[in-house]
Amino acid sequence: MRALTFQGKQDVRVDTVPDPQIVNPRDAIIEVTATAICGSDLHLYDGVIPGVMSGDILGHEFMGRVVETGADSTLQKDQRVVVPFTISCGKCFHCVKSQYSACDNSNPAEKQDLTEPLYGHALSGLFGYSHLTGGYPGGQAQYVRVPFSDIGPVVIPDGPEDEEVLFLSDILPTGWMAAENCDIEPGDTVAVWGCGPVGLFAIQSALLMGAHQVIAIDHYPNRLALARRLGAKVIDYRGTRVLEALKEMTGGIGPDAVIDAVGTESHGLAPDNVLDSMKQKIGFGADRGHVLREAIMACRKGGRVSVPGVYGGFVDKFPLGAFMEKGLQMRTGQTHVQKYAPDLLRRIQEGEIDTTFLISHRLPLEDAPRGYANFHANQDEWTKVVLKP
Amino acid sequence: MTHRGYRYRPTGPGVRNRGFHLPQVPDGAARAAALTVGAGVLLVGAATLLRATTQDHGVRDSAPGRTSRQSFHGAYAVTGRSVTVNRPRAEIFAFWRDFANLARFMENVERVETRGEQSVWTISAPAGATVTVRTRVVSERPDEEIAWQSTEDSDIDTRGKVLFRDAPGGRGTIVEAIVAYRPPGGQVGRLTAKLFQKEPAIQSRRDLKRLKMFLETGEVATSQNRKAA
Ligand SMILES: NC(=O)c1ccc[n+]([C@@H]2O[C@H](COP(=O)([O-])OP(=O)(O)OC[C@H]3O[C@@H](n4cnc5c(N)ncnc54)[C@H](O)[C@@H]3O)[C@@H](O)[C@H]2O)c1
Ligand SMILES: [Zn+2]
Ligand SMILES: [Zn+2]
Repeated sequence: MRALTFQGKQDVRVDTVPDPQIVNPRDAIIEVTATAICGSDLHLYDGVIPGVMSGDILGHEFMGRVVETGADSTLQKDQRVVVPFTISCGKCFHCVKSQYSACDNSNPAEKQDLTEPLYGHALSGLFGYSHLTGGYPGGQAQYVRVPFSDIGPVVIPDGPEDEEVLFLSDILPTGWMAAENCDIEPGDTVAVWGCGPVGLFAIQSALLMGAHQVIAIDHYPNRLALARRLGAKVIDYRGTRVLEALKEMTGGIGPDAVIDAVGTESHGLAPDNVLDSMKQKIGFGADRGHVLREAIMACRKGGRVSVPGVYGGFVDKFPLGAFMEKGLQMRTGQTHVQKYAPDLLRRIQEGEIDTTFLISHRLPLEDAPRGYANFHANQDEWTKVVLKP
Repeated sequence: MTHRGYRYRPTGPGVRNRGFHLPQVPDGAARAAALTVGAGVLLVGAATLLRATTQDHGVRDSAPGRTSRQSFHGAYAVTGRSVTVNRPRAEIFAFWRDFANLARFMENVERVETRGEQSVWTISAPAGATVTVRTRVVSERPDEEIAWQSTEDSDIDTRGKVLFRDAPGGRGTIVEAIVAYRPPGGQVGRLTAKLFQKEPAIQSRRDLKRLKMFLETGEVATSQNRKAA
């Protein structure tokens, strides 16, 4: 089959690799009909998340048709499914509590050695997201082996186009969970850093959950325009002092909840960010925590900090004093996709959520390297890339 | 020797209760590294001896003995791990008690056969070699504990036990496995050293995780995209 493989920093290639097979009883094989490039893929592309090896197949947002099922799969051939990027067994302590991205059983035991020393506990398995999370071949490919196929995949009835439901695999539930982690109350202002796909879905979700206003922060005019179209007020951080603006836009209080939808690769020339970028280049597992710091400083006393943005290592100059003295709460995590997908599918079918407004480019899988290069370098125009194998 | 938790206390013939048994030095390129490690063990050894004597009269904590910074107890290296499995205790006990099942989740165990009173473990060692360990059950409490010990003709002098108890809050069963072994000399000793002494804790951790996977999900997770040839 053809698949997009990682070769090295900012070097990805479409290669011919062996087709996957059913290995375990609960597996299914999916023929991919649509897949996307995620902001998380850019962290791998830039080499800031460790544990990616040359030849690894990337991609964790994908959907397709079932072509083969293992003895214990509950899927049927030809069903159309969206596959969550989190691989979850459905049986362990965490899965039973709907903490699917904390599954104990999906990361192969021999791979768990990598994250146990780094994070104190082994992580769960994710598709196409480094050997820290299992080294599972990803979805930017013609076929994917899907473990625990009786738990993960969401069966899509006839009706919606692939593109309308594809983002159930990751960014839609991620934006939704980011907003849910804000515990929104009437009258609340939610500030969202980053108007990429995750930020945009977080904005849409926060408004649906009844936020009084959402203020979105970025520096790309087109992405800010998308946020504005959803109903957000926007701040261009290149021209505006963000902390001051947020206070003034909330009657001097500050946002009740803040969302970091940027993660470890913050842009901008703020001094802390320049320093962090240098450390990140040396490769010490240093995260660039600029947005998280700013969000904590902005958040009102007793407010909530929601962090869907991905971090992988250690962050310096964490404003722990502000965090503690203001009595903030922080919630974060890889998304528990399986928990949210069925309800979000219903909302898509009922027209409550628009999922296609952010797609800027549709490319054949063979053009995936061009998609990566542009989603990376021309973020303003390239807001979301969908690939068709 | 301290007496906290489930610290393993070997007794009986063949057990030396003094000093420290240095690991076998592996062959070839690893020799230099192993010598450095050896020197480290000596230093740690001295410190631990001191600690052990003061601890006998001092205040002990509640941690299991195997989490002690000392990893040799007498001549025996001790390793242990626990894992919580979301299944009923009796089911897990029965699964473990059928020793042939152990090969289904223990990475280096090729098979375990029962011959009368004995269990014969075939363990794969580096470079295609195998080591045979013969054990017999020395005590058993249904649904609670199985303890075993190697027989005289075993390649490796080892003893161990596995304990099963209910986890709180309906979380299933806590399975705790403790294994002590004394590496022999000669060729087998060198193989054993390679097999166990690199990172003895890692193997037991992985094996217990596979046990949990198998019992909770019915399979052992792998990211291999194709069946093994
Ligand atoms: N938690 C999860 O499960 C999960 C899932 C998917 C994505 N993510 C993460 O969410 C983050 C966003 O993903 P995406 O796909 O939207 O990525 P993206 O790269 O398309 O978007 C990031 C946006 O942040 C903006 N930005 C950068 N620096 C900023 C700053 N200092 N202030 C304000 N905005 C700034 C960029 O201009 C860009 O528009 C990434 O870290 C990604 O890894 C997490
Ligand atoms: Zn993603
Ligand atoms: Zn699980």
